Amino acid sequence: MTGAAATKPAYSRHSRALLAPSVVALFLWMIVPLAMTLWFSAERYNLLSPGKNSFAGWGNYRDLLAHRALWVAMGNTLLLVGLVLVITLFFGTLFSLLLDQDFPGRNLCRLLVIAPFFVMPTVSALIWKNMLMNPVFGLFAWITRSVGLGAIEYFSHMPLLSIVLIVGWEWTPFAVLILLPALQSLNPEQVEAARLDGAGPVALFRHIQLPHLLRPMAVVAMIEMIFLLSLFAEIYVTTGGGPGLASTNLAYLIFRDALLGWDVGRASAGGVIAIVLANIVVLFLMRVAGRNLEDVR
Amino acid sequence: MTNSRRKRWGLTIAGGAVAMAMFFPILWMFITSFKTEITAVATPPAVFFRPTLENYAAVLERADYLAFARNSIVVSLGATLLALALAIPAAYSMAFFPSRRTRDILLWMLSTKMLPAVGVLVPVYLLWRDLGLLDTVFGLILIDSISVLPIVVWMLFSFFREVPAVILEASRMDGASQTEELVNVLLPLCTPGIAATALLSVILCWNEAFWSLNLTTVKAATLTAFTASFSSPEGLFWAKLSAASTLSIAPILIFGWLSQRQIVRGLSFGAVK
Repeated sequence: MTGAAATKPAYSRHSRALLAPSVVALFLWMIVPLAMTLWFSAERYNLLSPGKNSFAGWGNYRDLLAHRALWVAMGNTLLLVGLVLVITLFFGTLFSLLLDQDFPGRNLCRLLVIAPFFVMPTVSALIWKNMLMNPVFGLFAWITRSVGLGAIEYFSHMPLLSIVLIVGWEWTPFAVLILLPALQSLNPEQVEAARLDGAGPVALFRHIQLPHLLRPMAVVAMIEMIFLLSLFAEIYVTTGGGPGLASTNLAYLIFRDALLGWDVGRASAGGVIAIVLANIVVLFLMRVAGRNLEDVR
Repeated sequence: MTNSRRKRWGLTIAGGAVAMAMFFPILWMFITSFKTEITAVATPPAVFFRPTLENYAAVLERADYLAFARNSIVVSLGATLLALALAIPAAYSMAFFPSRRTRDILLWMLSTKMLPAVGVLVPVYLLWRDLGLLDTVFGLILIDSISVLPIVVWMLFSFFREVPAVILEASRMDGASQTEELVNVLLPLCTPGIAATALLSVILCWNEAFWSLNLTTVKAATLTAFTASFSSPEGLFWAKLSAASTLSIAPILIFGWLSQRQIVRGLSFGAVK
């Protein structure tokens, strides 16, 4: 007992040293770019006119806020995240309920359903853009033409919805990946008891399965929000934000200002706005994640 | 009896239909990769055709495809190793020597993941330019490893916590140092968990697109950037695009299928075991 007590302080000092590299790396990663973004956002700074930096104060923010582009991009960002969330949670739950049933080949079905999540986003976007949704040679165009509807120019007539469709397809498997094991972890006796009490499938879902799924659903929603707020590759590959601003989200707007317009100041101000938006989401997420840690110490 | 058999049939058909619908785009790409460029754009879409391997030959002959593939491999393995090297000691320390602040540190690590990448695109781009890291494999390894680090720590932490502390204490009584305890006792016990963590990290780095598109141009560009380059010309290279894409996603798809049950933990930050 005394031996263990004597070694304890040495151990805990040592374990703090083990923790340090990760903490320092993440701290630097968080604080340095963040400070720089804040700093640049208050500067007039364009890479095309070097040496002409000057203090802009709120200038960049005023410019951004006065421009229609920011508001359109923010609206698109929220619409994109919201629609994809609804689609993935709805189909994710539906598919999980189906794959939770016992039928021959369900393991194979599960593998096929989760596959899209592992495809790199640029490839997913290109498959859909070219082989499925191309208005001349695409499969969808052939189908709609054969039933007499004519071909639809998906990316010029409904650019944002087309991207929602692609991203929804990419992220529904993620919902299944999380929700299906959650469903399977439900106590079978509880389900059996409800059945014996005469609960039909709807009542079973409503009163037993859905309450059990709420927390995993919240996790799915949070993690998708983190990734979807920065959605970039799919837009870059398919519409390039257009036509006009129709499919430009905040991430793409910042990219356009920064790496196409070389306007560091304005892009940074956009970055700060993106961070604030994300943090509103984070506050919510932290609560959910915190609950999972209640048993630590 | 017949009722339950009918239900089973109904479920099988519904399950098959859902699986087909979700997998179809990938299957269609796979099929297209064996067509010639002419049959790839044929209307009505060709279902019966004489398969050819010429697209794969053409893709593999292009020296640049192999360079992109090599970058993807080096970046995802390098970033994973670096992240593991940082995360294993950290997760060990927090799992077995928790302090008052452990919970806060874990949550804070998670919170760094919330910083949207676009928010720091500009400073990272400028820093990388000034440090000479733009378009280098090392620059991409750094950024990928730091962005998977929180997920890797969380996942390892959840695996480590399942190891009973008594086992480690026993080795400590035998006079093992903390490093020996970690390397000789904990790591062998947790090999499956560490392997699953590494796989998830490789998958995430392999598919990472934001930083590879923005921080690389030619030398360090990965397969995500390579496939994106097919988007600019509306050109009719669908068969070759399909072959290149199939080669690019196949290894990761197989990794994902093999480790799907374990990686759920990392993807949900420990919320689902």
